[in-house]
Amino acid sequence: MINLPSTVRISFRALRVNKMRSALTMLGIIIGVGAVIAMLAVGTGASRQIAAQMSSIGSNLLIVLPGATTAGGVRMGAGTQPTLTMSDAEAMQKECPAVSDVAPVLSGVAQVVYGHQNWSTGVVGTTPAMLNVRDWPIASGRPFTAQDVKSATKVCLLGQTVVDNLFGGQNPVGQIVRIQKVPFTVVGVLASKGQSPGGQDQDDTIYVPVTTAQKKLFGTAFPGMVRIIMVKARSTGDLDPAEQQINELLRQRHHIGPRQDNDFTVRNLTQMMQAAEQSTKVMTLLLGAIASVSLLVGGIGIMNIMLVSVTERTREIGIRMAVGAKTWDIRLQFIVEALTLSLIGGIVGIILGISGSEVVSALAGWPTVVDPFSVLLAFAFSALVGIFFGFYPAYKASLLDPIEALRYE
Amino acid sequence: MAIMEVDNLSKIYRLGDIKVNALSDVTVSIEKGEFVAVMGPSGSGKSTFMNILGCLDKPTEGRYLLEGTDVSRLNRDELAGIRNRNLGFVFQGFNLLPRTSAIENVELPMLYDGLPSDERKEKAVRALKNVGLEGREGHHPNQLSGGQQQRVAIARALVNDAPIILADEPTGNLDTRTSAEIMDLFVRLNRSASITVILVTHEPDIAAYSKRVIKFLDGRIISDMPREGAL
Repeated sequence: MINLPSTVRISFRALRVNKMRSALTMLGIIIGVGAVIAMLAVGTGASRQIAAQMSSIGSNLLIVLPGATTAGGVRMGAGTQPTLTMSDAEAMQKECPAVSDVAPVLSGVAQVVYGHQNWSTGVVGTTPAMLNVRDWPIASGRPFTAQDVKSATKVCLLGQTVVDNLFGGQNPVGQIVRIQKVPFTVVGVLASKGQSPGGQDQDDTIYVPVTTAQKKLFGTAFPGMVRIIMVKARSTGDLDPAEQQINELLRQRHHIGPRQDNDFTVRNLTQMMQAAEQSTKVMTLLLGAIASVSLLVGGIGIMNIMLVSVTERTREIGIRMAVGAKTWDIRLQFIVEALTLSLIGGIVGIILGISGSEVVSALAGWPTVVDPFSVLLAFAFSALVGIFFGFYPAYKASLLDPIEALRYE
Repeated sequence: MAIMEVDNLSKIYRLGDIKVNALSDVTVSIEKGEFVAVMGPSGSGKSTFMNILGCLDKPTEGRYLLEGTDVSRLNRDELAGIRNRNLGFVFQGFNLLPRTSAIENVELPMLYDGLPSDERKEKAVRALKNVGLEGREGHHPNQLSGGQQQRVAIARALVNDAPIILADEPTGNLDTRTSAEIMDLFVRLNRSASITVILVTHEPDIAAYSKRVIKFLDGRIISDMPREGAL
């Protein structure tokens, strides 16, 4: 068997002889590999972004909304009875085994004043469980407590955007802000979360105890009424059981007969996000597949040039055979040559693909993530293309009759 | 024992329905260290004969013993191995690899014999020196004269210590003076290293360097005798 270093040297020399031709042949692979890498980077970036947003709203999240049923006539209990109450939330916490945390929410928009600054923001009345439900840590200070909720204390947690707008560089913990003219003590600041999947600023918010919101800020039609209830399931697998348990519990608590529609809706946010992520993945795959077609075309270009090369070098093949080159010596020479073309093309393509996705990132503002695995995949694929499309020309070369080959002009 | 022994050799080509007897019933025995000229007009079968002797082609019928081995039934790769180690070729058109230095051309057979790089270089330098091309190792074929190119080809034929050189009109592309130099080189190799030389030519001047002349006509040997008698 011929030794590899010499074979590689021979193929490099052969490729140098026709620089322009080799470069153009490589271009096919360069574009193919570059396109695959760039497309996968765009796709991976998009799905990473969705995943990040998903974890920012909190994982394994269910939202219980009051009566959304409009079909079939008058909604049961509307106007006469609040559909969701504090006791609903407490019952869920107690009686639904698949549920880990429950946070009732009564929210509204309010004007907030500190010193001579004022800011309009969403005020969320809730319980300490909210921080677990939304996986939201405290950046400084402390969260409010169950005791604060019980005694409707006037304390609040500020989102980062509110802090920026009211306090500038100052430390807000311990200061007093006025929410709708009611003084609240700032006990803590929420860590920054950034944009929600819907594009809203999640940090533009204030958390207060739900009871305080009910009594001091927004008022309720009936005592204990809440607008929505946010629920965290114990795990992703518990999402469906939790949804079912909540449905059963609330139907029972709200005295809904078997033929009546629910006066509430349970929405599974995680499922919606997963569906979105899934569709991005399919999109990524599709983009990658389309890009690989160009890689395939590049491979056919290699085969074409290698066939021309074999014909042009018939005499050289004859000489090599005459002095003792065996079938595989000849085959290997041409396969290595095709492989050299495709691997150099692959490396340049990887560089181009990575810098191309950076450019897309910078110009279009799309997040792109170059997955090392996709680089490896593209490189392996280009090597495979070289071997696959190099084999037939190499095979053809190895079958030449040495006498005819030596006579070839 | 004869170094090459050919018994009742036939080669039949089929061109459509027509059968062409390129060689029929050729029997020759060549001893080690002989210097044989093969002569004959074109189409006489001498090229086919040389191709079979050179293990580039297989006979249709008959037996060919090369150094005691029957090579007429070997496969492609086995024949390639025989060509690599037992035979050296010198062609009319030199057949050097273009854009490749003299030393790399000479290294070629050793490359396919799997010799390590250092040994290849050393033997190639020695072989080039042996044919009088010291200091031309790095020259490419297009930087060398015809005679020098043919010397490179001879060095390539010798480098794997092949006991036999098959030369197909080696002086056909050279002028008279250079031809004489090349032929003197063959004679020297034949005498000093007792390399068996088989030479195809149709020039009596060139055949005059040999000790034995085999003449072909229509695929048959018509005369085979020592040179003095042939002239």
